[in-house]
Amino acid sequence: MIRLEKLSLSLGSCHLRDLDLELERGTLNILLGRSGCGKTTLLEALCGLRKIDSGRIWCDDEEITSLTPAQRRLGYVPQDLALFQALSPRANLAFALDIAGWSRPAITARVQELSALLKLEALIERKSLVGFSGGERQRLALGRALALRPRLLLLDEPFAALDPELRQELGSMLRQLARQEQVTILMVTHSRAEAETLGDSHWRLENGSLKTGLV
Amino acid sequence: MSSLSSTSDRLFTAALSAVLGMYVLLLLVLLLADASFIGWGDLRHCWEDPALRASFRLTLMSCTVSAVLAVLVALPSAYILSRCRFFGKSLVEVICDIPIILPPLVLGVSFLILVNHVRFGGLSLEDTVGRLSGGAFGITFQVAAVILCQFTVATAYCIRSLRGVFEEISPRTESVALTLGCSRAGAFCRVVLPEARRGIVSAFTMAWARSLGEFGPLLVFAGITPFKTEVLSSSVYLRFTTGDLHGAVAVSLLMISVALAVLLTLRLLSRGRV
Repeated sequence: MIRLEKLSLSLGSCHLRDLDLELERGTLNILLGRSGCGKTTLLEALCGLRKIDSGRIWCDDEEITSLTPAQRRLGYVPQDLALFQALSPRANLAFALDIAGWSRPAITARVQELSALLKLEALIERKSLVGFSGGERQRLALGRALALRPRLLLLDEPFAALDPELRQELGSMLRQLARQEQVTILMVTHSRAEAETLGDSHWRLENGSLKTGLV
Repeated sequence: MSSLSSTSDRLFTAALSAVLGMYVLLLLVLLLADASFIGWGDLRHCWEDPALRASFRLTLMSCTVSAVLAVLVALPSAYILSRCRFFGKSLVEVICDIPIILPPLVLGVSFLILVNHVRFGGLSLEDTVGRLSGGAFGITFQVAAVILCQFTVATAYCIRSLRGVFEEISPRTESVALTLGCSRAGAFCRVVLPEARRGIVSAFTMAWARSLGEFGPLLVFAGITPFKTEVLSSSVYLRFTTGDLHGAVAVSLLMISVALAVLLTLRLLSRGRV
């Protein structure tokens, strides 16, 4: 379970004040809000990439407020995916496992598992990311974030550049991932229809405050 | 520029290409003029000179050492300048550009003053190095002076080049690497450096070429002592000032050949394997 208690932070003209949030394990949760309202800033703060002014962040009864991004065990997929272009698809998937010091056989097994889960088997042996479609890149970025079985997966408008069919397919995949991997997902989207279809819970960021529900 | 285009589009492209063509032509004409001025005999005579061979070896060694050192210093410097905001950053940027805007002779004179006339605890830098090495090493009019001059100028160009490379790499890739377990240093080594590798090769190439052409500060600070501090650029000057124009042109063509060979090799490497 993920819990925010009175989280406050500022970045430029964006001020988020006293945010309270609670997300159940294994659920897909939607975060809505206008452009520039602070959604990405909030996700980055959850990852530990932005300093907060006050408040606490809890993850499965462990307070992670003062932990570094590496210590938080959260997965993050930014809007531009930020794939490691110089690495192969396999190296992208194995990146976190390699840093965590997993053995070669364990890395190979987990990479295979992720490839099967995200339907990347046919692509994983390629030498570079050249020629990957938008959907394939999206799945690879998801796999990279999921490799270490994070407690919370933060997705910043993951379907923004995809066509409706692919959005639907990846949306279903995300719901399956949340259940199968028991990972809590917080996903930013601008699409109300997508939010209605996919979300177990809905949150709106308005005027620096978090509100529940779609409207 | 392979899409369908109108007549005005084609004229625009043609006009730009003409400008490029004229510049390329100017350089080719310069090379042809040099090549037509001398014969094979001049080249052979030039290559048979032991002093020139020593100058050739020193040039290859000093340019490579300077370029490696320049890249090693420019990598962290350019990264900090591209990623961090700090008080006095603009001033630091201007200072880093000094070797680019400074007249080359002034740099040589400045080195001469710093190493020989500025005293720390009663000793100049030259004296300190001499004492510490028991008189075995020195700086002024030594190989160290050659490398120091080449390195200083090459580093300034390297920083400019690498800064552009780092600014093109999204800081978000580093942020993601941090969430995947990397430290800042780990993200730099595992994500930024591999993505910047072509830019690094390009910066090394530029540093090497810049070092090859360095002459002004060398003349003042390293001197032109055959078999000791003479490099190819000073060989040209030496021959020119003693009236040996054919020799000067022959050495110039040798320099151009070496530069082209190195630049082409590095460019091929950066396109292929790197």
